Amino acid sequence: MKVPALIAVPTAQRTTAVLASVTNATKSFGNTTALSGINLDIHSGEALGLLGPNGAGKSTLISLLTGLRRADSGSVELFGRSPLDPKARLQLGTTPQATSVPQTLKLRETVDFVASHYPDPVPTAELLADFGLSDMAEKQCGALSGGQQRRLLVALALVGRPRLVVLDEPTTGLDVDARETLWQRLEEYRRRGGTLLITSHYLEEIQALASRVVVIDRGTVIADGSVDEIRSHVAISKVSFKTQLPASFFESFPQAVSAATSAKGITTVVTQDADATVRQLVRENIEFSGLEVHVASLEEAFLALTRHSSQAATETAKDPA
Amino acid sequence: MTTLAHRTPAPPTQAALLKAHTKAQVLEQLRIPVAVISSTVFPTLALLFFVIPQETVTSNPITALTAIAQLALFGVMSSFLFNYGIGIAEERANPWNSYLRTLPAGPVPPTIARALTAMMFAFFALIPVLILGGLMTSAPEAFTNGDLSWGRIPLSVVVWLFCGLPFLALGLFIGYLCTSKVAIAVTQVVFFPMAFAGGMMLPPIMFPDWLNTFSLFLPSRAARDIAVQVLSGQGMHASSILCLVAWTVVLGALALWANRRDQGRRFR
Repeated sequence: MKVPALIAVPTAQRTTAVLASVTNATKSFGNTTALSGINLDIHSGEALGLLGPNGAGKSTLISLLTGLRRADSGSVELFGRSPLDPKARLQLGTTPQATSVPQTLKLRETVDFVASHYPDPVPTAELLADFGLSDMAEKQCGALSGGQQRRLLVALALVGRPRLVVLDEPTTGLDVDARETLWQRLEEYRRRGGTLLITSHYLEEIQALASRVVVIDRGTVIADGSVDEIRSHVAISKVSFKTQLPASFFESFPQAVSAATSAKGITTVVTQDADATVRQLVRENIEFSGLEVHVASLEEAFLALTRHSSQAATETAKDPA
Repeated sequence: MTTLAHRTPAPPTQAALLKAHTKAQVLEQLRIPVAVISSTVFPTLALLFFVIPQETVTSNPITALTAIAQLALFGVMSSFLFNYGIGIAEERANPWNSYLRTLPAGPVPPTIARALTAMMFAFFALIPVLILGGLMTSAPEAFTNGDLSWGRIPLSVVVWLFCGLPFLALGLFIGYLCTSKVAIAVTQVVFFPMAFAGGMMLPPIMFPDWLNTFSLFLPSRAARDIAVQVLSGQGMHASSILCLVAWTVVLGALALWANRRDQGRRFR
């Protein structure tokens, strides 16, 4: 099922060089289509946040860009070459997925090993100091705490002085402090002119790090814009109340995304502007009771954005607990 | 812009990458002593329990050398197949290995590093076999009486290690095709018949004719014959080298094909 693009931001204003581009790429695993003709350009100096529900195709897209997989059709370029060519990956930094460090190698050995792949790596001692890991240099990686492992993994992404860093859910499972520390490191990398591609389930993380946000679902890009633009689309509220009128009546409200009535007789209007919706309820003199306004969770906002189709109305027909 | 690449020194050479990968693999192996010790003592124990007690074998220098060469190759083959070949199946499921594939190195440095690491640890396994064989059988007589040159011993070790390469390729082929559990089962099914029919457990001289003929087409038999020849000066057939080279090429090509085909396991 094709989802119409909700936000189309002209890319003309981005004038910096394209470091990586994906053109009409498709990828299937057996009967499952992971990517269906996706297009994406990553420009020098930008921090691109990739948002999407589980199974949307984020990781598959990243595996194409980092040379782990080959697209079934379409083209993928990294620094003007195929990502499958090791030379294309000289200026690329990536992180392994969580807790997959080589258990028996020492930290220093692990960093040295990865550094040996690059022409001009950051000296190991300097890198470990930057990430607050100097004390652990002679410990085996298996002895690190979860937060320390995560820091090491992000450090590995930066050891080759990459022009593009790709981070797949870098802070999943981290506590707030550890997350802030990592964000600071990545901010620094950005300030020095680095380019970042980051995936996350958390809008907060994307907000903290990204200048541009791309939302993908079912293997295609469904939204592409600045953080504010995307946020305004996912910043939605739920207005619920009891009323005699049918739910469909409220769907015609100007800001409403959808409306539904639950089994308990509570009508919920999903709206992009809760204030305007309440004002209109009052202005039209509609009889209602038990009014409640909730800010929709990111997950709900996300569902509204990614399932902006006929099913949206039934999806949101839940009790506003 | 101080820490970003603004000058572009030459990228590391293949030799430098090979060295880095070998070092990392050797260190990882060394830190798991149980794995190192078990594969190192296995051929020695086999020699101790199955060969040394047989007076008829140990009293004749040539049969003793044959037995030592057979067991040495048996050790190399099992170590290459099990530890280093199908070990790839386990690694493929590990996200760290996926990460390594995003580094700017092709498949060649890690693969050759794997072979070098395998050869190094197999080498450690061969030393006690030679020492035990030298102390507890009549094998040294063949050298002390001048029949055979001492230089055969170091040469044998090198040849044995190279004779193991087709089995490393076979292990990689299986490892790239199967998940680790399946790979172990498949390898066991392949390994024991091949070792037996290759004359590593019983010398081929005790084979019936049909088995002997069949055996001559196997890589294990070719490897065994070459291994015995280089140490004892006899036992090789005209076809042995050709057979081993052909198998190495075929299995190497299959391993390469399986590597290309392998795109890792599906992840979302």
